[in-house]
Amino acid sequence: MFSLDLLLDAVVIGVLLGCFYGAVSLGLSVSFGLLDVPHVAHPAFLVLASYAVYFLNEQYAVDPLLAGLLITPVFFLFGLAAYRLYYETFERRGSDAAVRGIAFFFGIAFIIEVLIILQFGVDQRSVTADYIGKAWRLGEIRIPYRLLVAFAVATTLTILLTLYLSRTFMGRAIRAVAQDEEALRLMGTNPVKIKQWAFGIATAVLGISGALLIIVAPVDPTLDRAYIGRTFCVVVMAGLGSMGGTLVAAIILGVAESIVLTMFGASWAPAISFAMLLGILAVRPQGLFGRRS
Amino acid sequence: MKRSSITFWVGAAVFLIAALAMTQIVHNQYPFFAGYIILQFIALAVAWSILGGYAGYVNFGTSAFYGVGVYGSVFLVKAFGAPLPLQILAGAAIGALMGLALGLLTLRMQGIFFSIATIALTIVIETTITNWRYVGGAAGIQIQRPEVTAPFDSYVQMLFFVQALLVVLAVAISRYIQHSWIGRGLQALRDDELAAECTGVPTLRLKLLACVISGALMCAVGAPAAMYLQYADPGSAFNLNYSVTTLAMSLIGGTAHWAGPIIGAILLGTTQQVLTVTISSEVNLLVLGLMLVLFVVGAPEGIVGLIYKLRGNRKEGEI
Repeated sequence: MFSLDLLLDAVVIGVLLGCFYGAVSLGLSVSFGLLDVPHVAHPAFLVLASYAVYFLNEQYAVDPLLAGLLITPVFFLFGLAAYRLYYETFERRGSDAAVRGIAFFFGIAFIIEVLIILQFGVDQRSVTADYIGKAWRLGEIRIPYRLLVAFAVATTLTILLTLYLSRTFMGRAIRAVAQDEEALRLMGTNPVKIKQWAFGIATAVLGISGALLIIVAPVDPTLDRAYIGRTFCVVVMAGLGSMGGTLVAAIILGVAESIVLTMFGASWAPAISFAMLLGILAVRPQGLFGRRS
Repeated sequence: MKRSSITFWVGAAVFLIAALAMTQIVHNQYPFFAGYIILQFIALAVAWSILGGYAGYVNFGTSAFYGVGVYGSVFLVKAFGAPLPLQILAGAAIGALMGLALGLLTLRMQGIFFSIATIALTIVIETTITNWRYVGGAAGIQIQRPEVTAPFDSYVQMLFFVQALLVVLAVAISRYIQHSWIGRGLQALRDDELAAECTGVPTLRLKLLACVISGALMCAVGAPAAMYLQYADPGSAFNLNYSVTTLAMSLIGGTAHWAGPIIGAILLGTTQQVLTVTISSEVNLLVLGLMLVLFVVGAPEGIVGLIYKLRGNRKEGEI
């Protein structure tokens, strides 16, 4: 039952899967990690993006990755609007806002789920492209092309976002907002505008992440529930707001899931990310690469 | 006894007598099927608001407690053929322990971290049950109802009355907490946990207490559901819909007063029953989500808050 080949196989697949988890968590790493928005609806936005990609692929035979790029501007605007609504109704009112903010995003996630069910039904949906369904043989290990695509896009996305946050003016402003909002206000800038922009970026990234989600595996309307565990596990493990940490944490999760899947079977898989999340929250809530001590 | 207490207990007695009378007079089974669900959600919403409302800890784990209640009964029935009262008592005991565990695990977590931890707990328990063959695993399990005892004609009628008892119990506890030092302490830690701690409020112990009470009630409410459906499977017993529905009912009703969750649950529960029957269960969930967002944005204090506001305005107008 246990063999080194099997383990090696699990680790390789796990690393690739982990990079993919990193890609779908990047947006949350910005919105929750940097901006402190309790964005429980992040996975629901992700699944929504997948369905948009599915629609473009099914109706107009657009390549899923291209479709992901196409919906990115729409998601950017969607993110701007979502943050504005959240800011006006919760952040500005202060005090009790956190509790209701969580309920708000939970409600939004629920609405998205139901709307998808009403539009597309409860069945699983998938996309078609040349690289889906084929695999690359590397000795004994069989690596599906779709995972390689996800891996390549995920690493590119992480590098781009890291560069954006460290090299561009706006990116640095976003990190400044995360560090000390009050100081920014004193220097005469408007932190709310910067945060809104950052939330827009975080949501725009979901366009491509959503494409990856449906490339890697078929999606169904309630898939977001499983990804609440995965994305939050990755972001919390990474330590809030660290992009490089996000990728490392995601790889740890991917490898852990893949090994458990190989050893104990698929029925235990959904619990891995949630159990890790629980453990990290209980033991080391600041994460592995945390920005807060 | 204060006058308000007398009014409350008379009201509770009238409610129970009415529920009992209904089981004797009405022969159509449908009102009991629908009524059971509404009563169940009233009890869940009231239990939820002890932790979620008074203390301000948003618990997404209602379905975890409910599901454990269901599966506690499944196990007891399969292993020992335990009767209903024992199932409910055992449910309450397991729920209290689970609440304690949740409280200890999340002792220092606040806000979103607590909420995410409760979702995580739900999925971890659901997966464990899914992998537990004895109680049916992923495929679920059928359960035989025992013979119904007098004075009830059918088992569902009896469950309806039992659930009415649970509602009264939950409301009485919630009402007691609101008016006692526990409620005041919880409200203090909701407003500012650090300030409360500094002024001598035992915040950690209060939080644990709220977790235990709320958890015990939710599990107890879930316990009879196994007999109600005569079937249990992990996917529906631990469905996150229970969490959203309960949370929505409490917040829409308003958590500042013990009556808030009751109002919310009756209103939403009835609407849901009507919508499910007349249109579809998807539309019913959509309405639920929309109402939750609408209230959280537009009327943060819920219906109770709106009532307070109306009264306040009138008083000001009179002066």
